[in-house]
Amino acid sequence: MKLHEYQSKFLFREYSIPIPQGKVATTPEEAQAIAAEIGGVVVVKAQVHVGGRGKAGGVRVAQNAEQARHHAANILGMDIKGLTVGKVLIDPGADIRQEIYLAITNDRGASMPLVMASMEGGMDIEELNRERPEAIVREHVDPIMGLQDYQMTYIASAMGLPRENWRDFGKILRSLYECYIKSDAELAEINPLVITGGGELVAVDGKVIIDENALFRQRALSADRDTSDEPESERQAREAGITYIKLDGQIGCMVNGAGLAMTTMDMTKLYGDADGIGPANFLDIGGGATPEQVAAALRIILSDDNVRCVLFNIFGGITRCDEVANGILTAYNEVNPDVPMVIRLQGTNAAEGNRIISQARLPNLLSAETLTEAAQLAVAAVKKGA
Amino acid sequence: MAILIDKSARVVVQGITGRQGGFHAKLMMEYGTDVVGGVTPGKGGEWFEGKPVFDTMRRAVETTNADVSLVTVPARFAADAIMEAADAGIRLVICLTEHIPVADMMKVVAFCRRRGARLLGPNCPGVMTPGQAKVGIIPAMVASAGNVGVVSKSGTLTYEVGFAMKNAGIGISTIVGIGGDPVIGTTFVEVLEMFEDDPETEKVALLGEIGGSAEIVAADYIKNAMTKPVAAFIAGRSAPPGKRMGHAGAIVDGGEGSAEEKIVALEAAGARVAANPEEIPGLLA
Repeated sequence: MKLHEYQSKFLFREYSIPIPQGKVATTPEEAQAIAAEIGGVVVVKAQVHVGGRGKAGGVRVAQNAEQARHHAANILGMDIKGLTVGKVLIDPGADIRQEIYLAITNDRGASMPLVMASMEGGMDIEELNRERPEAIVREHVDPIMGLQDYQMTYIASAMGLPRENWRDFGKILRSLYECYIKSDAELAEINPLVITGGGELVAVDGKVIIDENALFRQRALSADRDTSDEPESERQAREAGITYIKLDGQIGCMVNGAGLAMTTMDMTKLYGDADGIGPANFLDIGGGATPEQVAAALRIILSDDNVRCVLFNIFGGITRCDEVANGILTAYNEVNPDVPMVIRLQGTNAAEGNRIISQARLPNLLSAETLTEAAQLAVAAVKKGA
Repeated sequence: MAILIDKSARVVVQGITGRQGGFHAKLMMEYGTDVVGGVTPGKGGEWFEGKPVFDTMRRAVETTNADVSLVTVPARFAADAIMEAADAGIRLVICLTEHIPVADMMKVVAFCRRRGARLLGPNCPGVMTPGQAKVGIIPAMVASAGNVGVVSKSGTLTYEVGFAMKNAGIGISTIVGIGGDPVIGTTFVEVLEMFEDDPETEKVALLGEIGGSAEIVAADYIKNAMTKPVAAFIAGRSAPPGKRMGHAGAIVDGGEGSAEEKIVALEAAGARVAANPEEIPGLLA
């Protein structure tokens, strides 16, 4: 779960990390009032879950409150990479001497937290990692022991931080680690961490991503979730306990198991790409595939107007294909889809399952034996309907 | 003996009185696995299908001399259950549970290493040595005994490929599901090393997916240290970047972890990579 910049920074503040004294506005008038309260130069920053806001015109400096209102009016409602801006953060302008990068993330390969720090903050870390990887100091943390003092000294020293800033930097790093642990963060990033003209350290921008699997014990963060940029269909699926991701192709996919679901998507693209045909979604129906689950999933898939065909790919292991076939027929009668459906059942009782499907003699229900055949049938059905 | 488990494995099921745990414990027994007991805190002294249920892993190991455990408990209790097994001296802990927080898993993986226990998973279907034993949820019907080792991040995709191999007359030495989470106990390379050393394995099928760099590290190993031929499939070529495709670990992040880079690395290492998983039996023939 991604937090907005303002949510990330307000979270940092709870851990005593210094941040600019800014506030959030949802209207130009509010932005003006906040800017007037702050006084002097302010920065108006779009709050959207996407990188590259600055380049897209979503971050503007205002000399006074009136200008802040003007900028906020332009930025609110702006479309940045497909997302609509609903909130702006009004921060006081920063007096920047040096921009530092500081982050803690899960290193999945090492199975350990990883601290990354660089004197070349401000830019995109992936870009910095590509162009000058040697400019980033990396230090793993023992997950059982936690971050040690000597590691903080090592990081400050290795990155070339001026000695007069070590003490403040150490405090911020310790606080950031505590924030990362207590919030179950996958990423807690300050970029930039600014050294001001007066020699103080301030977290001017922040990004925090929370582990979805830990939300059960992160109630406060979970309650602040902003779902405004989540497609309606994905929200419905999430609430129904189905993993669904909307894509832009024409073949709706319903599959049991995440790996097989991805594979099924890949097959529609493998055989359809030459004709501009591909998967309309990722959907993992899970283990049971009961009629209720299948019907719910079918409704979500068909809520996408681009869908021209639905492809079922079910491998029955513990699940029996004859039961799945009956489930599909029940769901079919309930939902009444107006697009063809290709059904491919494999594994336990597959022959019986396929017999049930073909005996139903429904005009737009096609049965396939292999995954290859199923994908090719689905592609052909889309082409025929086009 | 193939790898990880054979007929001699003595298995405790953690969560045996639960719906999932009980269901799969019975299927494992039917397959021939030596399930010696179960653990459910608060139900010690009860019996399950003629096997004793204990309150703690320590007691279960003392009494039954078990060396393998299967963790089937819910996500909130699973990290603790894995550590309990490792602390009780279990050699191989297999965790089926999905949705364990990553912060917990990083601690658990470190703990298991310190205790000298091998962890498989979490979020994995388990392990099966066809004709001998299975620990986990891999359906018995997806494989017959033979000399191809299978290692995979996924469940149903593995069943699909195993079943296609069986239909093509290709048998399997051991199927190992390593799990689809970002932080897991046993990696592709560790399983490849075991297959390389196993006299009963002649070829290997590797089923990977987007996210992380485990397949790239595996490609390095294949290139530098592996003598046995490898066929591979990588799922998620059509997955968009920045989206988590079901498995917690299946995400292309900042341009890293894409199917393309993994396919390129595996091909460069000499593995034969299928564009379609139904081609895998052909590549192993």
